Amino acid sequence: MDVLVLLKQVPSTESIIEIAGDGVSIKTDDLKWVINPYDELAVEEALRLREAHGGTVTILTVGREKAAEAIRTALAMGADKGVLVSDPVLEGCDPLCTAKVLAAAAKEIPFDLIIAGQRAVDDDAYMVGSAVAEALGIPSITMVIKEEISENRIQCQKTIDGGVAVVEAPLPALITTQRGLNEPRYASLPGIMKAKKKPLDSKTLADLGLDPQTFTAFKMKIVALNPPPERKGGQVVEGETAQEKARELVRILHEEAKVF
Amino acid sequence: MSKGIMVVAEQSDGVFRKVTFEVLSEGKRIADKLGCQLTAVVLGADIAALGQELQAYGPDRILAVEDSQLADYLTDAYTNALSGVIEQEDPGILLFGASVQGKDLSARVAARIDAPLAVDCVAISCDGDVLTATRPIYGGKLLANVVLEGERQLFSIRPNTAEIIKAGGDAVVETVSAEIGTVSMKFIEKRMETGKIDLTEANIVVSGGRGMGGEDYSVVEDLAAVLGAAVGASRAAVDEGWRSHSDQVGQTGKVVSPGLYMAFGISGAIQHLAGMSSSKVIVAINNDAEAPIFAKADYAVVADLFEIAPYITEEIQKISG
Ligand SMILES: Cc1cc2nc3c(=O)[nH]c(=O)nc-3n(C[C@H](O)[C@H](O)[C@H](O)COP(=O)(O)OP(=O)(O)OC[C@H]3O[C@@H](n4cnc5c(N)ncnc54)[C@H](O)[C@@H]3O)c2cc1C
Ligand SMILES: Nc1ncnc2c1ncn2[C@@H]1O[C@H](COP(=O)(O)O)[C@@H](O)[C@H]1O
Repeated sequence: MDVLVLLKQVPSTESIIEIAGDGVSIKTDDLKWVINPYDELAVEEALRLREAHGGTVTILTVGREKAAEAIRTALAMGADKGVLVSDPVLEGCDPLCTAKVLAAAAKEIPFDLIIAGQRAVDDDAYMVGSAVAEALGIPSITMVIKEEISENRIQCQKTIDGGVAVVEAPLPALITTQRGLNEPRYASLPGIMKAKKKPLDSKTLADLGLDPQTFTAFKMKIVALNPPPERKGGQVVEGETAQEKARELVRILHEEAKVF
Repeated sequence: MSKGIMVVAEQSDGVFRKVTFEVLSEGKRIADKLGCQLTAVVLGADIAALGQELQAYGPDRILAVEDSQLADYLTDAYTNALSGVIEQEDPGILLFGASVQGKDLSARVAARIDAPLAVDCVAISCDGDVLTATRPIYGGKLLANVVLEGERQLFSIRPNTAEIIKAGGDAVVETVSAEIGTVSMKFIEKRMETGKIDLTEANIVVSGGRGMGGEDYSVVEDLAAVLGAAVGASRAAVDEGWRSHSDQVGQTGKVVSPGLYMAFGISGAIQHLAGMSSSKVIVAINNDAEAPIFAKADYAVVADLFEIAPYITEEIQKISG
């Protein structure tokens, strides 16, 4: 059972995100970078599959050189090897393009299953996993909370609006993670030591046989970034007792805010 | 823009999701501005009669793609069928609701037809025939204005952000056959949480955090019941095992945009705020006057939640008679 994990490095969720001078990108200097939380679930699930069925776990990332840190963390969690595709022309790459590069790289790695996050918590595109599966011509099951593999098929419980669905697909397939799938392990100290010696290949577009020229026109462009509207300073709801405060709150919500 | 707009109407078990009407209303508004045709398409088994419900929102055409293989949503069957319709009808703009299903289908279809997709848009504006979509990124910490390029552009619209407007119309349902081809996925079953109001579609969300102190959520559930509200939770409450993962609001949970969000015993961590800061009105109830959530709330109530919640419920019952 060879599992390929698509892993993105993103600013940690505690980060305050500030707009850079150009107005269309963010200030990256002071950010702390981590594995996308949903991709941590993907790494964990891949490790569990290897524990159950044998095989290998490979981590695949498209990103800057710095993203190697996130791959190392996944290797320290227990993954076997990493591949980082890095190329200056990919700066500002849209999800569709990212997916094409990932798919081209995936073709060179043996896999029975690909696991991606349902979304990266930076661009929140909810797209790359499905688009990689489409480019590879394999089925995709998104938002998986439980999976079971038998006889070359994967059966998944997945989140749907208002409930849970059970669907099945033949392998090779791609699944994306949803919270509840597992609790990711931490990298242990011996794990971190071992990770230093694990293979991490760096590749450029040319190495994948892709022409950098075709990656110049991205079809999704950010034309402006804005902070969300500031909420005007909170009004303290007055009252001597809890009951008085409740009465005043309901009055305000009903008569002033008119929300019910 | 001569090419038309196609709205993908989402139904499940013969009922349209509310977001469908929001997206169709938004489609109508954009089609009127661009002076182009608006087509609504619904996929499923036995849905021709249902399709008629879309007429009231003013589409020029209503297409029902019927096939027994479309009875329950399956990514590959739906992608094949919808891509076929797109091929035939050649729309320039495709609009989806950003539901779980809408996100899954739009992503796969976008990749199939090699077209860009802006997910979870909260606003779309037209300048000439260029559409600019506003979508939250970094879990709502920023709003990005994005422009898509190419023959076909896909957008999905976040539930609860576009107004439903009835426009009237006389379109009648045209049944079209689907080219489904090979389907390798198999639908086994689904289990719906009956009687539960969907967090992303609810007009009012009442959430409880670690301050709930345990899995007894009855004080917020009682309040939610009188308000017809959905019940949400912070990640702390989910991690404690008090609430299910599907109830989590935040950067790694659901993103909600209700008219009213009431946070009980939630401190206001940045990851939680990300998931609810686009709510129209935010009320925070916390017994710590210094709780960071008060800085983001429109109305701050310093109180013990167990003491005040029943009074709030009682007061609302009084006004709703
Ligand atoms: C990668 C990552 C992703 C995350 N994603 C999310 C996410 O999606 N959503 C999310 O919510 N969090 C998320 N978190 C967790 C987040 O950082 C906070 O830990 C979490 O939101 C805290 O939950 P809380 O406010 O319920 O608990 P606490 O921070 O413990 O706050 C409890 C509050 O309840 C108040 N309180 C206690 N008793 C009472 C009472 N009787 N009456 C009134 N008030 C009372 C306290 O004063 C306190 O303010 C994430 C964290 C990480 C690292
Ligand atoms: N640059 C990338 N490198 C590797 N995997 C990625 C990259 N971008 C996105 N992914 C994968 O696709 C998932 C969804 O990302 P997105 O569509 O950007 O929200 C992520 O959780 C990752 O698993």
